[in-house]
Order: sequence, then C-alpha cells, then structure tokens
Amino acid sequence: MNLHEYQAKQLFREYGLPVSKGIAVDSAEEAADATREIGGTKWVVKAQVHAGGRGKAGGVELVDSAEEAGAFARKWLGKNLVTYQTDANGQPVSKILVEECVSIDRELYLGAVVDRASRRIVFMASTEGGVEIEKVASETPEKILKASIDPLTGPLSYQGRELAFKLGLTGGQIKQFTSLFLGLSKLFLDLDLSLLEINPLVITEEGDLNCLDGKINVDGNALFRQPKLKDMQDQSQEDDREAKAAEWDLNYVALDGNIGCMVNGAGLAMGTMDIVQLYGGSPANFLDVGGAASKERVTEAFKIILSDEKVSAVLVNIFGGIVRCDLIAEGVIGAVNEVGVSVPVVVRLEGNSAELGREVLAKSDVNILAASSLADAAEKAVNAAGEDK
Amino acid sequence: MSILIDKNTRVICQGFTGAQGTFHSEQSIDYGTKMVGGVTPGKGGQKHLGLPVFNTVLDACNSTGADASVIYVPARFCKESILEAVDAGIKLIVCITEGIPTLDMLVAKEKCDQAGVRLIGPNCPGVITPGECKIGIMPGHIHLPGKVGIVSRSGTLTYEAVKQTTDHAFGQSSCVGIGGDPIPGSNFIDILALFENDEQTEAIVMIGEIGGTAEEEAGSYIKAHVTKPVVAYIAGVTAPPGKRMGHAGAIISGGKGTAEEKFSALNDAGVKTVRSLADIGSGLREICNW
Repeated sequence: MNLHEYQAKQLFREYGLPVSKGIAVDSAEEAADATREIGGTKWVVKAQVHAGGRGKAGGVELVDSAEEAGAFARKWLGKNLVTYQTDANGQPVSKILVEECVSIDRELYLGAVVDRASRRIVFMASTEGGVEIEKVASETPEKILKASIDPLTGPLSYQGRELAFKLGLTGGQIKQFTSLFLGLSKLFLDLDLSLLEINPLVITEEGDLNCLDGKINVDGNALFRQPKLKDMQDQSQEDDREAKAAEWDLNYVALDGNIGCMVNGAGLAMGTMDIVQLYGGSPANFLDVGGAASKERVTEAFKIILSDEKVSAVLVNIFGGIVRCDLIAEGVIGAVNEVGVSVPVVVRLEGNSAELGREVLAKSDVNILAASSLADAAEKAVNAAGEDK
Repeated sequence: MSILIDKNTRVICQGFTGAQGTFHSEQSIDYGTKMVGGVTPGKGGQKHLGLPVFNTVLDACNSTGADASVIYVPARFCKESILEAVDAGIKLIVCITEGIPTLDMLVAKEKCDQAGVRLIGPNCPGVITPGECKIGIMPGHIHLPGKVGIVSRSGTLTYEAVKQTTDHAFGQSSCVGIGGDPIPGSNFIDILALFENDEQTEAIVMIGEIGGTAEEEAGSYIKAHVTKPVVAYIAGVTAPPGKRMGHAGAIISGGKGTAEEKFSALNDAGVKTVRSLADIGSGLREICNW
C-alpha cells in the first residue's frame, strides 16, 4: 500500500524529523488560505498522486502569491496527472500540498527497503539527490552508500554517523543526520514499511537537513496492526477493478490483452498468462481465484473479468488439488449461467476427479469449451478470442 | 533416501485444532505421515484426531520426541509460533500460513539461522516425500515415489510439475514448496544442495517466478555445485512491472526481477529452461534420456 507525500511528511513530523511547514488542501480557497497561514513570500504547491515524475508533468510549481496557489489548485483538483510513471489516464488529484519554500544548497538521497537477498532492512544514501536513484545505482554504483539493520539489534547510531561522514556532512549536520537515520529506522520498524524514500533530502542554505519529498510504501500484510495507516489508504489511486476484486479477496491485475484468465494459485495464474502469449494470444488480466474456487468466488471473478470490455474469451484454468474438479465444474457452469457470460469460455480442469469434471462440462447446456490439456486450453482460447473479433 | 522428511519423521502441528490444522492433519494422517500430536494453547490434555494436544511446543516435544512441526496458525501469530518451535528444539519447521508481515519474517529467519533450524515457507504448500511423509496442504494422490526432486515458489505450479512427472512415470524423490514470500525460510540454493546430495534424486525441477534475485543466485550455485540435470520454469513473462502478482514476493521493482533476467541467468548456468509450463515433463525426458 502506498501513501501520499503529505501523509509521509505528516508521519515524519510525528517522529520529529525535519520537514517544511506545509498544509494539504482540497480546494482553491484553502490553498490560498494555506499560504497566509504558512507565511513568507514564496511557496511550493504539489499535486498529490501515487506516482513519481510530478515535477516534469507540471504537478509541482513555485508560486509567489495566494492567488497563484489558488489557481494551481483550481487547475489540478479533480483532474488527472499523467507522469512517466502513470498509465495514459494518469492518477486523480484530490489533494494539493502547499509548503513553505526552502533555499537549497545540496540535494542528497536517503532511502530504505527490505532487501530480499540479505534479508535485512537496508538504508541507501547518496550525494546524488533529486535524480532517479535506479539510474545512479546502475551507472555509478560506488555513489550508493549502504547500511544494513540487524533484525535483532535494530539500528545503531554509529551506522548513521558513518553514512553522514561518507556523504561529506560536517559540524551539526552529522548529529542531525544520525537522528534522522535513527528516526527513520524507528518509523520503518514501528509502521511495518516496505519502502521509504526521501529524494531529495536537502541541505538548506542555512546548513540544516530537510526532507523535501517523502515516499512510503507499507507492507499490506501488516495492515491488521496498523489501523492508522489503513485509514490513510486512498482508494481513488487504485484501479477500480483491482479494488473491487480485493473486496472479494480475489487477486486481480488488469493487463492490455483480450483473453480473460481465471486461475487458482498465483504462480499458475502467471503461468497461464504466459502460455496464452506463447500461443499467440494476449492475456487481459491476472486473476487468482483461490484454492477452493467456489461458485460464489467464480461468479464474482467472471463479473470482474467481463467488466473489461476488451475481453473476447475467457480461459478458466483450475488445478483441483483437494477440491474435486466435478464440484468446480458445477461452480463454473452455475457462474456462467448466473452472470450470463456471452463470450466463449474455455475450461481446463486438472487434478482431483478431473475426468468427472470434464464430463460434467460436456453434459452441460452452457457454451463451454472443455480443454484436454493446458496447451490445448491456451490454443482454444486464442482461437476463440480471434474468431470473436 | 529423500530430503528433509521420510517415513520416520515425527510431526506435530501448531494450530492443530483449528479448521486448517484439523483438515490438513487428517489428510496427512491418511497419507501415512507419522503425526504424533499437536499444540493448541489452553487445550492441553485433550485428544484431537486420536492424538494428544499440548499447551506448548516444548510439552509436545518432550512427550512425543517430535522432529518436525507444521504451522497453520493465523498470520499475525506466526512469528511467535516459529520462535516457540525454535526454542523448543524443533529442527524442521514448515510454515504454511500466507500473509505474515515481512518484518516478522526478518526476525524469525534470523533466529532460525542462529539456531540451525531449517524453516520451509511461509506461504507455501509444504514438503512431501511421496509414499512416506506429507507435511502440508498438497494433494497426496497426484504424487508418485521416484527420482525427480522438485523445488518451487508456487503451490499450484508445483502440482503441475508433480502431475507431469507422475504422468511420465518418473516420480518424485521429494517436493519442496519454498513459498511466495519475499523473505522465505529456505531459498532455492538450500534445497538444491540437499537434492544434489540425495542419492534418490536423479534430476531436479526448479520453478521460479518474477521478483527478487533468488533464481539468479540459484543459477550461479548450480553452475558451481550441481552436477545433476536441472529443468527450470519461470512464471511471469507477461507480468507488468510494479504490480504484485498475487504472491507478496512476485513483483518486478525498479526494473529488477523480470522473468527474462531469470531465464537468461539459468540458461547461462547450463540449466534446461522451458517457456511453457506444460513442457516440464518433456524437458526432463529430453535432458535425462529417460
């Protein structure tokens, strides 16, 4: 789960970390008021969406008056911001962050992730702030400094100091950076984050550290113990169909193709998409219907798949482990009837009582093509989708 | 021989009297697994499925001499359950539960490593040595004792591979689901090393998926240490970047962890890769001359 910049900064503030004075608003009037409340003569206004590249897309501006702040808010609120990280439709803007403007001397990078290979939270710092860190990592990996957190001891201050010295910080900045490092570590651990990024972390002309941007991803599996973060979730930033599927505990990801896929198991769902492509087709989605593949879940899954107008055939691929395939077949037939599926449906059943399942499908009066193998299913689905066009 | 478990392995279940624990313990007992008891705090002294229930893992170990524990408790309690099993001296822990917070796994994995405990999973189907012992949720009936070792990040893809090796009459020595989480208790390399040293295993099937670099690391390991033929399949060629594909660990992030990178690393290591998951059985036939 992702948070907005203004939410990340709110958390930074709660943890005593240095951020600019800022107010998140949802109207032009509030934007203008915010500049007065913050004070000063220059402000930064930033459209809040779950995507990077906002500056280049016009979603971040420097303004000199309350009127300009209001005009920026009027321009973006209720619109979609398209950046290189979003799809062609972009992401809806429903909040604007108005911030005091800071004078920048240097831009650094500071981030943390759960590193899968070392099984540690790893902090990364770099003197190359404000640019894409993936680019720095691939072109000049020596410029990425790392500190890894032992899960049993937690972060240690010397690790923060070490990074600070290597970044070329001096004087009071060393202490500031060390407390920032410890504070971010605590935030990461307390709030079950999976990624944290401050890009850029700036040194102001006064010589102080300031978290100028903030990106936070939260471990979705830990939301049960992070009620506050759960409430921060902005559904408008999620794909509608993915959100709808999540309500039914179905894992759905929209793709660009025309063959809808309904599969049990995440790995097999990916494998099914891949085999569709291998046979010359194009998958419309990833969908894991879960182990039991009951009629209710299959029905909901059909509804979600068919809400994508591009879908011209559906491939159902179920490996019946413990659940019997004849029961699954009855569920699929019931769901096809209930939803009134009009596109061709190809069903491949394998595993427990697969023969019986295929017989049930063959005897039914619904328009279902039973496949004898996975390869056969992919071929049939690709052909069916082609004919429909 | 086999790896990890055999007909003598004494197994307890944590979360024994819950719905999942009950159903799958019953299936395991039917399969012939030597289940010796289970743990549900507060239900110690009762009988369940004809076996003793204990309040703590330590009680269960002391009374039954258990070698292995299978965990079905809800995700929020799994870290505690794993650590309790470690402290009680269990040396093989199989955690089936999906949805454990990643930070919990960082601690649990570190503790297992320090205590020399083999942890399989979480978010996995478990481990089976066909005809001898089944620990987990896989359907026993599709397996056949034999000569192929299978290791996989995905449950249903494991079943596909099992089905194909059974249909070809190759059979399986042992099958290990290492799970779909970003921080697994065991990785491909751990299991490949066991298969390499197992006499019964003549060839290995490895099933990976997008996300992380475990397959690339396995490729380097295979090149240096594995002499047995390996067939590999990677799921997620068509997966878009930045999207989590069902499993917590199946995500291409920052352009890393793509299926193509993994196929390429495994090809470089001399592994026979197959692009269609339907070709795992025929791939084995081809490289083993079976």
